[in-house]
Amino acid sequence: MGMTMTQKILASHAGLDTVSAGQLILAGLDLVLGNDITSPVAIKAFAAAGQQKVFDRDKVTMVMDHFVPNKDIKAAEQCKMCRDFCHAQQITHFYDVGKMGIEHALLPEQGLVTAGDLVIGADSHTCTYGALGAFSTGVGSTDMAFGMASGKAWFKVPSAIRVVLKGSLPQWVSGKDLILHLIGMIGVDGALYRSLEFTGEGAASLSVSDRLCICNMAIEAGAKNGIFEADELTLQYLREHGAAAPRIYRADDDAEYEQTIEIDLSQIEPTVAFPHLPENVRRFGEIGDVTIDQVVIGSCTNGRLEDLRIAAEILKGRKCAENVRVIIIPATQQIYLDALREGLLEIFIESGAVVSTPTCGPCLGGYMGILAKGERAAATTNRNFVGRMGHPESEVYLVSPASAAAAAVTGKLTDPREVMRA
Amino acid sequence: MKYTGTVIRYGDNVDTDVIIPARYLNTSDRRELAAHCMEDLDPTFAGRVQQGSILVAGENFGCGSSREHAPIAIQESGVSLVIAASFARIFYRNAVNIGLAIVECPAAAAAITEGDTVEADLDAGIIRDLTTGESWQTAPFPPFIQTIIAHGGLMQAAQDGAL
Repeated sequence: MGMTMTQKILASHAGLDTVSAGQLILAGLDLVLGNDITSPVAIKAFAAAGQQKVFDRDKVTMVMDHFVPNKDIKAAEQCKMCRDFCHAQQITHFYDVGKMGIEHALLPEQGLVTAGDLVIGADSHTCTYGALGAFSTGVGSTDMAFGMASGKAWFKVPSAIRVVLKGSLPQWVSGKDLILHLIGMIGVDGALYRSLEFTGEGAASLSVSDRLCICNMAIEAGAKNGIFEADELTLQYLREHGAAAPRIYRADDDAEYEQTIEIDLSQIEPTVAFPHLPENVRRFGEIGDVTIDQVVIGSCTNGRLEDLRIAAEILKGRKCAENVRVIIIPATQQIYLDALREGLLEIFIESGAVVSTPTCGPCLGGYMGILAKGERAAATTNRNFVGRMGHPESEVYLVSPASAAAAAVTGKLTDPREVMRA
Repeated sequence: MKYTGTVIRYGDNVDTDVIIPARYLNTSDRRELAAHCMEDLDPTFAGRVQQGSILVAGENFGCGSSREHAPIAIQESGVSLVIAASFARIFYRNAVNIGLAIVECPAAAAAITEGDTVEADLDAGIIRDLTTGESWQTAPFPPFIQTIIAHGGLMQAAQDGAL
């Protein structure tokens, strides 16, 4: 029987000709990632097991992004533990304040992932790199420790759902709206343990930025990974970012899928996920007035330059509504600099928004924009669980950068097309 | 392995943000994490969980973040076993990797109620609700995962040369 893209990458890294769904394998890793929250637990496990040296100092990377610049003494101590470890191990790709960015925006930008790679990261949104034709998935700190020591990880080979895309997205509709739409269709466990393999002529019409956003949120449908086949656009992106030579894996014609879902991109509309699950999606036509206290534009999902450009297009010459605090967070230092040079930051500040240094900060309720009891945020982030951005009785509405900017202008959940028509 | 304990029960989609909120992720201290376990879902949890308690939940338990702090907090709080209709995949592997016993059994997860006394024999694949007398058969773990569990976790299994 044929294999899916994911199965082919896993087979090649396990030294096997074929694998099939459900099989347990040990596979070699091209990159092991951790951040300032998950790495300390991994470093402790690594040391407790008596390990002395990482398997390859070029293939372990740590990114200080969740609570940096250090939000408190304990966060500072966690970063220090990572810094000391990376220094002692002479880790090549250690990203501290000044070089860092939000990990899943940073690694593709730095060319650390290429098509055909097998990447694990102690962060659930590690599935982002499937956008580049890699197999990447989130794991825990013990997996990270084992990966750092051995260069390997265990996997249950996943079955797959094929998502066949056709057409192209309308104006003011983005990859975020598409992935929210899909999660709404199949639910937060709709792809549990499985791959989401995106294919069809519509896939080619999506920008790399949109593909990164879509694969980023595969985990919100429970998926093990999301993946696009590498095409000319991917290869161009990889070249521009100095990534290693790509290995392109295509699904076999007779690959088995548990389910095939067809989506016409031209029919996707701006979409909102209501609290407290990403599957609670609605279109703007279906909602009444929902006033908003805070807007967050950023995160590993939507903090790239393309996202900031869309937000700036809407905020240019407009003012943020009186009742809204608008927080904009470029995902990496490079994106920050590019946005500065393009004049985007000026547009944001003149509109009444604040612009922050790169950080995961508010997305997970860490700092830099915590919600009080009863407050509501419209955010381009990825989760709207109870208490995700602050008080257990606060609410997060997940939206695209365009919809977040529209909410910033009107002070309530708003279809971005309405703002741009006005 | 056999486990006996009193049941604390939750619903579907219990996410890692409620198991251990991110505001406590500035530490990896096991006791501190356990002190805040389930805080945003059930503030009474830390006060009533006992050594050996059994958690029962619905679909997709542990969805969301990859934070291993979540199974660590559950394990350190004294919970001996988690029975769920299904587990989110990162939580599943984290539990196996740190030696927290888990078992997937939709029928048991649906029938067992809060406060029941439950006994589970994971080697035999049997879950018994001693309060109601009902029992269920579960599928055994694949041999590879059984090896990790038998050695008390992934790092230990690797150290023992078992992988």
